[in-house]
Amino acid sequence: MTEREAPVERTVLQQADVARALTRIAHEILESNRGSADLMLLGIPTRGVLLAHRLADIIHSIDPGANPPVGVLDITMYRDDLATQPTRTPGRTDVPFDIDGATVVLVDDVLYSGRTVRAALDAIRDLGRPAAVRLAVLVDRGHRELPIRADFVGKNLPSALRERINVRLAEVDGEDSIAVAVSE
Amino acid sequence: MKHLLSTKDLSREAAIAILDTAEAMADTQEREVKKLPTLRGKTVVNLFYEDSTRTRISFEVAAKRLSADVINFSAKGSSVSKGESLEDTAKTLAAMGADGVVIRHSSSGAAERLATSGWIDAAVVNAGDGTHEHPTQALLDAFTMRKRLHGDASRGKGLDGVRVLIVGDILHSRVARSNLWLLTTLGAEVAFVGPATLIPSYIQDWPVTVYYDFDEALATHPDVVMMLRIQAERMHAAYFPNTREYGRGWGLGLDRFRRLSERTLIMHPGPMNRGLEICSEAADSPQSTVTEQVANGVAIRMAVLYLTVAGVAADQTSEVTA
Repeated sequence: MTEREAPVERTVLQQADVARALTRIAHEILESNRGSADLMLLGIPTRGVLLAHRLADIIHSIDPGANPPVGVLDITMYRDDLATQPTRTPGRTDVPFDIDGATVVLVDDVLYSGRTVRAALDAIRDLGRPAAVRLAVLVDRGHRELPIRADFVGKNLPSALRERINVRLAEVDGEDSIAVAVSE
Repeated sequence: MKHLLSTKDLSREAAIAILDTAEAMADTQEREVKKLPTLRGKTVVNLFYEDSTRTRISFEVAAKRLSADVINFSAKGSSVSKGESLEDTAKTLAAMGADGVVIRHSSSGAAERLATSGWIDAAVVNAGDGTHEHPTQALLDAFTMRKRLHGDASRGKGLDGVRVLIVGDILHSRVARSNLWLLTTLGAEVAFVGPATLIPSYIQDWPVTVYYDFDEALATHPDVVMMLRIQAERMHAAYFPNTREYGRGWGLGLDRFRRLSERTLIMHPGPMNRGLEICSEAADSPQSTVTEQVANGVAIRMAVLYLTVAGVAADQTSEVTA
């Protein structure tokens, strides 16, 4: 492997922007759900789970009576590209509550092809039958390959295919930021 | 992972990856909908040259829970009993589009022969070959120990420092061999005990302590006592005078069971000969893992089928895309 130059990276959202976007999404979730009744958040590992916990905290701070449960939804075994990839060790799915009849908000960091969300919808179907499933993402970068759209978007970031969107969250990356990197 | 042929060639990292995958599989088996779409469109063949209802059913359930199509091919009443060679059988299965072959055979090395012969491109999983190896049994035993010791915090852990005593017919036992390699790789200390006639003579190079007296071995207070089945079908000579004498010397009877610590796990790969190598009080006690081993067997076999059949083996992909 030849040495490659570090890709040029452009930060588009700073920590305060991320916080504002999440606060707005939390308000939108409460508004569209008309409160926090039967609301549950399911994060897709790794960063979707962190974002789901943050959204739950913000929702609680807006409405102190609201404590939406947060679950972890691993979608490895539902992917549609299993046959063309080396197999990966599936992670833990942890949904210690009944999703039947609930409003489930799926949370992920970046919405791209839509294939992860399709896999997540299949995974949810095996767990139960929610009254509704909504989708919240921090970044929508476009390039959908399936007819899927997000209900709550932190930032629309039209991107070129050769660009990478790097979402960093303080819990695992030491800082909150969203950057666009161009790989040659 | 392209094939699973033995536990001897598994690295610690690979072994823990299989156990961790089985954790995810076990979680799905507690749901109302136990089926996963993971192996949709794949065909798994159970090629059993030796009778084994338990292992075959376990693999069959595992493959079906992953949505694979399952074909059961047993030697009895098939073309094999008409004299077809392993090569011709393999080529037939290849022509039918098998993606995975689970093979049990009375000859040691049969699984490896199938995997390396070039007769068939499918993933090969060894479900027991002669007296050589039975890797999924060892994996489910390790999984069961890890789960009892660490509970929900099992992921990523080995079995470091766990002391395991394997009791009985070591000579004919592929379960004992597969367990020895795997448990040692995971950091456990393994000891064998059995009548001298049923301990192989070539054992001195193996990483194992050997006892010939069960009571002396139990006095070392092992964390796990694994009883092996007396395999009448592999006994072509008189290895011990009679079953009563075997039970007195190397069976886990009531006396020995009562002397065990309550924390000592009692394992048995099944089927049990109750009253011979294990008494019912021990087999049905809370410290017995016999029924968990059966349930965990499905999770382990799901993990192995997923890892071998679902994707391309890592060394086969030229370019991995994110």
